Amino acid sequence: MSTPQPPMPQTAAPNWQAAPGPAHPTYTSPIPVVRTNLGHALASEWTKIRSVRSTMWTLGVFVLLVVGIGLAAAALVAANTDEGNVSDETALGFGFFGLLLGSICIITLGVLTTASEYGTGMIRTTMTACPSRGRVLTAKAIVFFAVAFVVTLASAVLVALADVAMVDAREPSGGEWLKGTVGVSVYIALLGLLSLVVGSIIRHSAGAITIMIGVLLAPLVIAMFMFSESLRGLQQALIEYSIPNQLSVFYTQSLTESGPTGWDPLWIMLGVTAAVFAGALALLEKRDV
Amino acid sequence: MSRFSVGGMIELTGLTKRYGEKVAVNNLTFGVRPGIVTGFLGPNGAGKSTTMRMILGLDRPTAGDVRIDGKHYDQLKDPLTYIGALLEAKAWHGGRSAYNHLLCLAQSNGIPGSRVREVLDTVGLTAVAKKKTKGFSMGMGQRLGIAGALLGDPRILMFDEPVNGLDPEGIHWIRNLMKSLAAQGRTVFVSSHLMSEMALTADHLVVIGQGRLLADTSMPDFIARNSRAYVRIRTPQRERLLDVLHEAGITAVENGNGTLEVDGGKSEQIGELAARHQVVLHELSPQQASLEEAFMQLTAESVEYHAHTEAPTRPPQQRQQQWGADWKRS
Repeated sequence: MSTPQPPMPQTAAPNWQAAPGPAHPTYTSPIPVVRTNLGHALASEWTKIRSVRSTMWTLGVFVLLVVGIGLAAAALVAANTDEGNVSDETALGFGFFGLLLGSICIITLGVLTTASEYGTGMIRTTMTACPSRGRVLTAKAIVFFAVAFVVTLASAVLVALADVAMVDAREPSGGEWLKGTVGVSVYIALLGLLSLVVGSIIRHSAGAITIMIGVLLAPLVIAMFMFSESLRGLQQALIEYSIPNQLSVFYTQSLTESGPTGWDPLWIMLGVTAAVFAGALALLEKRDV
Repeated sequence: MSRFSVGGMIELTGLTKRYGEKVAVNNLTFGVRPGIVTGFLGPNGAGKSTTMRMILGLDRPTAGDVRIDGKHYDQLKDPLTYIGALLEAKAWHGGRSAYNHLLCLAQSNGIPGSRVREVLDTVGLTAVAKKKTKGFSMGMGQRLGIAGALLGDPRILMFDEPVNGLDPEGIHWIRNLMKSLAAQGRTVFVSSHLMSEMALTADHLVVIGQGRLLADTSMPDFIARNSRAYVRIRTPQRERLLDVLHEAGITAVENGNGTLEVDGGKSEQIGELAARHQVVLHELSPQQASLEEAFMQLTAESVEYHAHTEAPTRPPQQRQQQWGADWKRS
């Protein structure tokens, strides 16, 4: 029943409206057939993340917290130390508190990137448009990581430059600059990525956010109640490997005897995220959407 | 060569889906052909949506197989230009505008952005394209869902309950849309729980109940078989009328509530017979069993059958009594 037709009449105005008209026994669509790839999924996810207001809100609050608290902490110290405060530490460390609070925003955005699609039913549309489930999660991960990293880096660099200029402390070395800006930004973006992956596993925004805030704070809180001498070792480990303490490692150049030092927190977070990501991929393939 | 010169077949073979003990879809085997509108009919909870989700690769079948032109859905390299689907109403983020929702879909399949405006125009949402979809009415939501299905100008279209929430004008529009899409040589597969709706749009009918296939037939066949015409008669002289009818070679069936029913459209003949024999008639009315009734009968049987196979030793009445007793005690 196929009659030869000129291929792809791009210029001819097609019957888009599909209005009641003469029946076409054969129908030629002017839309070029494209073999879809990761690039298409990335473009789609970029449109999604930039077109909802919650992205702007969470990132806006994040920048406000990081920059506001980072500058305020440094300003407070600068105002109250009249004499030359000969400290071992650099002024980069004042960025820590803002980032710690701000990380909750990144966690929220990460979780929402995946879990909100389950809440709204969008996930069915997404998976119909792109049946390769792994590609969807990968595209989400790449887009989110890029956004989180760029925003964190911009805020962290701004705070670091201002703090170093304001506070009279030891001048940071090149390595310290790298750790205190790029290092923490990768760490925070990875924490957000972990949240995104947990969101994909839990499929429920509030539940996944609660879990991630628990991961962030619970080790410290639990350690506070470990009075027993026999638990001293565990208490020590909980404190040292808690996310707030790992974050602070990026601002200290001293090498401690136990616990993570140097770039360790980054490798730990990378390993955990990769493992959970693999688990999420396996679950995504197995479960119904 | 036309893209639609071959293909557009959906084929289900022994498709089954279980959720724990519950069987949602039970051994479905049927095909959906291009060029016609195929209605997919069943009461709520019959397994229509589950079947459609399995066709789209969203739910994995417990057993059996569903293929689109011989391929599984996730093997399609250009899914949106191959199949467009309206699944459930409002399957999108309410904070995103209609335009951006369609744009992200278009991008995921390499469909040019200009197409987004075209489908928005087709479904009549151009004026609210930049508005958040949160504020959309049910009907507007359906239109946006349909726009998403049309986005890739696909050869196969699936609509799950498309008339839900549409106003009469919208219902008229979607009916014509489906018919014209089929007339263009596309495959149109549309689900509904309303027989009357299907009678107006579908050329072929697939009926399921309790996840089972009950009928797979052309619409004219279904109508011929199920829309029985009969004459309803009420008379105080029942015995006399029965005799008269019998003499004339007409069989009347007694219907429980004191009325008689005669198959076929013989009301004139019966009226004349009654007049000639001076039989008093209180009612003589030609009736048409509606397709809706036929459909309900068809699906009710499946429900009954299902209950008996599950609990053969325990009649359902007894069970109901126990429930009542429990309720009284508590």
